[in-house]
Amino acid sequence: MMISQFFVLSQRGDNIVFRDYRAEVPKGSTETFFRKVKFWKEDGNAEAPPIFNVDGVNYFHVKVVGLYFVATTRVNVSPSLVLELLQRIARVIKDYLGVLNEDSFRKNFVLVYELLDEVIDFGYVQTTSTEVLKSYVFNEPILIAPARLQPLDPAAIFTQGSKRMPGTAVTKSVVANDPGGRRREEIFVDIIEKISVTFSSSGYILTSEIDGTIQMKSYLSGNPEIRLALNEDLNIGRGERSVYDYRSSSGSGVILDDCNFHESVRLDSFDLDRTLSLVPPDGEFPVMNYRMTQEFRPPFHVNTLIEEAGRLKAEVIIKIRAEFPSDITANTITIQMPLPNYTSRASFELELGATGQKTDFKETSKMLEWSFKKIVGGAEHTLRAKLTFSQEFHGNITKEAGPVSMTFTIPMYNVSKLQVKYLQIAKNSSSHNPYRWVRYVTQANSYVARI
Amino acid sequence: MPPPAASARYPSPSQPSGKSEVTDLKSQLRQLAGSRAPGVDDSKRDLFKKVISYMTIGIDVSSVFGEMVMCSATSDIVLKKMCYLYVGNYAKGNPDLSLLTINFLQRDCKDEDPMIRGLALRSLCSLRVPNLVEYLLGPLGSGLKDNNSYVRTIAVTGVLKLYHISASTCIDAEFPATLKSLMLHDSDAQVVANCLAALQEIWSLEASHSEEACREKESLLSKPLIYYFLNRIKEFNEWAQCLILELAVKYVPSDSNDIFDIMNLLEDRLQHANGAVVLATVKVFLQLTLSMTDVHQQVYERIKSPLLTLVSSGSPEQSYAILSHLHLLVVRAPFIFASDYKHFYCQYNEPSYVKKLKLEMLTAIANESNTYEIVTELCEYAANVDIEIARESIRAVGKIALQQYDVNAIVDRLLQFLEMEKDYVTAETLVLVKDLLRKHPQWSHDCISVVGGISSKNIQEPKAKAALIWMLGEYAQDMSDAPYILENLIENWEEEHSAEVRLHLLTAAMKCFFKRAPETQKALGIALAAGIADFHQDVHDRALFYYRVLQYDVHVAERVVSPPQQAVSAFADTQSSEIKDRIFDEFNSLSVIYQKPSYMFTDKEHRGPFEFSDELGNIPITPEASSEIVPAQQYEANDKDLLLSTDEKDDNKGLSSNNGSAYTAPYESSNISSQMQELAISGPAASATTTQSSFDFDDLLGLGLSTASVPTPSPPLLKLNPRASLDPRAFQQKWRQLPISSTQEYSVNPQGIAALTVPQSLIKHMQSHSIHCIASGGQSPNFKFFFFAQKEAEPSDYLTECIINSSSAKAQIKVKADEQSTSQAFATVFETALSKFGMP
Repeated sequence: MMISQFFVLSQRGDNIVFRDYRAEVPKGSTETFFRKVKFWKEDGNAEAPPIFNVDGVNYFHVKVVGLYFVATTRVNVSPSLVLELLQRIARVIKDYLGVLNEDSFRKNFVLVYELLDEVIDFGYVQTTSTEVLKSYVFNEPILIAPARLQPLDPAAIFTQGSKRMPGTAVTKSVVANDPGGRRREEIFVDIIEKISVTFSSSGYILTSEIDGTIQMKSYLSGNPEIRLALNEDLNIGRGERSVYDYRSSSGSGVILDDCNFHESVRLDSFDLDRTLSLVPPDGEFPVMNYRMTQEFRPPFHVNTLIEEAGRLKAEVIIKIRAEFPSDITANTITIQMPLPNYTSRASFELELGATGQKTDFKETSKMLEWSFKKIVGGAEHTLRAKLTFSQEFHGNITKEAGPVSMTFTIPMYNVSKLQVKYLQIAKNSSSHNPYRWVRYVTQANSYVARI
Repeated sequence: MPPPAASARYPSPSQPSGKSEVTDLKSQLRQLAGSRAPGVDDSKRDLFKKVISYMTIGIDVSSVFGEMVMCSATSDIVLKKMCYLYVGNYAKGNPDLSLLTINFLQRDCKDEDPMIRGLALRSLCSLRVPNLVEYLLGPLGSGLKDNNSYVRTIAVTGVLKLYHISASTCIDAEFPATLKSLMLHDSDAQVVANCLAALQEIWSLEASHSEEACREKESLLSKPLIYYFLNRIKEFNEWAQCLILELAVKYVPSDSNDIFDIMNLLEDRLQHANGAVVLATVKVFLQLTLSMTDVHQQVYERIKSPLLTLVSSGSPEQSYAILSHLHLLVVRAPFIFASDYKHFYCQYNEPSYVKKLKLEMLTAIANESNTYEIVTELCEYAANVDIEIARESIRAVGKIALQQYDVNAIVDRLLQFLEMEKDYVTAETLVLVKDLLRKHPQWSHDCISVVGGISSKNIQEPKAKAALIWMLGEYAQDMSDAPYILENLIENWEEEHSAEVRLHLLTAAMKCFFKRAPETQKALGIALAAGIADFHQDVHDRALFYYRVLQYDVHVAERVVSPPQQAVSAFADTQSSEIKDRIFDEFNSLSVIYQKPSYMFTDKEHRGPFEFSDELGNIPITPEASSEIVPAQQYEANDKDLLLSTDEKDDNKGLSSNNGSAYTAPYESSNISSQMQELAISGPAASATTTQSSFDFDDLLGLGLSTASVPTPSPPLLKLNPRASLDPRAFQQKWRQLPISSTQEYSVNPQGIAALTVPQSLIKHMQSHSIHCIASGGQSPNFKFFFFAQKEAEPSDYLTECIINSSSAKAQIKVKADEQSTSQAFATVFETALSKFGMP
């Protein structure tokens, strides 16, 4: 498990930080790496895999907020270990800087070097715990205002592999004080669920999965113990049964296929009363990850119709219906649909009085895009698009278009019904009551309707 | 240390180019060095930051070394840290200046503040200047005894750093023994973990020349020590847990109770959120239970769910690493995962590297119960916007079709692809239909009616075109316009750029001619004329051969070119099971990601310490190697085409260099030899009846046999030069340039394996057979040698790579030769010599 070098490159390939731990990789590794990633395939858009070997040097990288976090080694190491470490380094740095982006990085590179020195020594990982690092790291972060945070492209949420989302991310450094010098005692618990659903062309659910995380970020002083109670009817493990046999969802509680826990979590009474106890370390971390294939009600229903209308024309009708209560609002919704290659023009027709909606036809990628600022529960929307083709189509037009995919975020809503029943902070000196934030959010991961 | 190239390539106005800024910095630093004014530390911080920022973007700021050291006399820890960082960067390049820093670092090592003691010690050990090691001993010694654990963790790693600067100094100071005692008694988990890491590295490197180190290394795997670590594994942080688990993998349990004890101790590690911990635990479980079939299978069932959770909970990169391991497990035990196939469906927003893996997994787990669903899903991907994935999906459908007995439904799907009328879909499908027909000729009617409807004008890709042409020839009797399509294609001979397609055209025209002579005669004539005039050697040769064999006797020609087709029962596997096993042994390492054992991509010093000449260390055994040998492979395939009239190339594509045995499948070789026999018998007669008597069958015989590596009954005796010489550079160059002329695997006799404990003895032995070693390396059980030999009295070289696995007693040999015709003879000499190794 020895790492030779660690570096962070910007999207343009500039070095932001560079640390050599073992001096065994020849010079020019950053350039070799960048060129390889940039030109992985001369023609295609195929992304470079996260691990590759050039001249005996193994390069590992993860992409976080558009930056490349890279490690190199010549040794046959555990790939998971290095990739996990790279993600963890990104998280530690974010804990310190509050906001992670190229700008905050450049402003704080000395602090980042300081962190890197303590995280890895001579290629061996020492610690990635923000809590532990706090006692070794002395630079104060130069904070940048969260307002300067660039709006994230909805698709970018996934390419970064981050479960955080704009709007809920806590952009406060774990070490910096609030204006006025006093730290606010507060704790955030986010239940984040990424859902994947594939609908068949007839609207039947082919596959569905929820990948959830209970994420915690604590700003409590004095390391108090926390108890987190989940649904009492929570069941774990249905792995032995085949995927066909969905249990009836009526009243049998929440059934997780499987889950795993952060190392600080103690499960002493988990089997008894479904409570987790832990002393939360500083910084953001996942208390628990879970996976669920139990049937659930998909938040959006999508209906697509594509009809030929003459030799060079066709019409696409997309209908979506929000299948959640009307006191809930989904936001940043985007619907995309690839159109036949030979589509030259698309004109759109929205319902009367539609507001906050945008439509677009991306000429180069032949992509239809329909986006909403928000959709209220229970609402139904329709889009009609008239397509003009540059050549006569032959065969089956449905095979040339689609599938329809959707991205969205639904705050204060979760499809699994997993809940944090209560959050107890064991603190003796109850001079004041800390703020407790328990937030739910549902996000589309791969939400696809075939046509 | 930061490569300057990056900044040179992307010059930006905000980045200073160097000189004047550095001079500026220098004078400013000098001013501050002596100052004790209030706030001076803040100004210093700003300047230091500038220096480090220049350093990062690749500007050489080593010239301010003296000033930086002068400024470092401060109590400000942030300043000190920046200074240490700077010094660590430039010390190696400026050993003289480094002496300057020793003083203040040594002083800091005695500071009251443990933070400063630790930091100074770390910097001191990171200077990497060999002539300064004597200054390290004192601070390291006291660091190891420091009452602060932070200082001790740093000191332990410091010992390892010292070892890499000067191994003898480290050993002489008896630091390893101190580390061992710390490892067993220290109260701090991180100190213990660092001791373990350092000792593993030091003793592994020492083991090659010291028996004591060898024993010490073994002692790390003793039962009490393993349990000492495993019992308190939760005290360690997740990264140290990985280290301990990697150690536990190598432990040989005494009995089954021992095995279950360990598994029970580690059971809850499978619930860890860190994928690296889970995979390391999985490896322990898999290795421990290898000999217990039932339990081993239970382990598969147990680890399935945690691994699937990790796949879906991490970033795409992390998913990829876990998926690669699942891929390995799926291929080993597809039935265990058969009902989980939905987990391997592609999600539309996944990166293509994840999708590709998933497609392979779906292919592997398809069986009677799930094929329908899997193929239906794959067919959806065929319309994917990502063309590469669409192609892969179609290939996956084809592979599943070739695996299954009941291909009825799949054939329908494949034929539907053809109706999509997307060029690349059609192209991929044609190649598949061709393979399918070779295995299941009974489907020809259904396929041919659809294939016949495809316009050859719409097919541009050589592979697809070749497949279509093959079918036209093979099924000429069932496709009414086959002769006319071929004629059309032949008329455009000049525009056909791919030699592969032209070769197929020749063969197809021949086959078509045998079935429908009147309609094809004219086209065949044009094809043969164009072929003989072709500038491509293979095309030319094949055309000439057909021409002559036709002239000799049409019936013989038919038997040679178009023998009754035999269905192919199984296509060659791309990897030998031995290689797969080796990858499995290297679970939780890069071998799984690259899908090749470590000796193929790791270089000498990181595999084993024993000698391996630097020059030869660079010989690409890495992925590039396979691309380099492609021309050779095509050559072989084309030759076989010549003889078999079937295209084996696709199936051999994935073979790469490491598996020559697939070429000598009984069906093929018997076919070749029977055909060749026939030719050989009628040979003299042919030359008598044809006017061109220069046709040399022996030549053809030699070529066919040596490339297809069919053992020759009596190889010509080959005399080697006992005093051959070749300089390493020339060897290296030749090794790169020459194609592999044979790849073989021999068993090594037990005496040979025993004698291999001293690898030098093999080198001496081979030398006595006039085969000389130019480089060798490796570590038990894998040894690697490069040999060369020269023909006596002729400057013709034979180069050999020989990999011996002492645990499987197998030797893998690759031969490259200047002279292809005698390479087989050399391989025989080599085998004979090797077989005598270890014999008295």
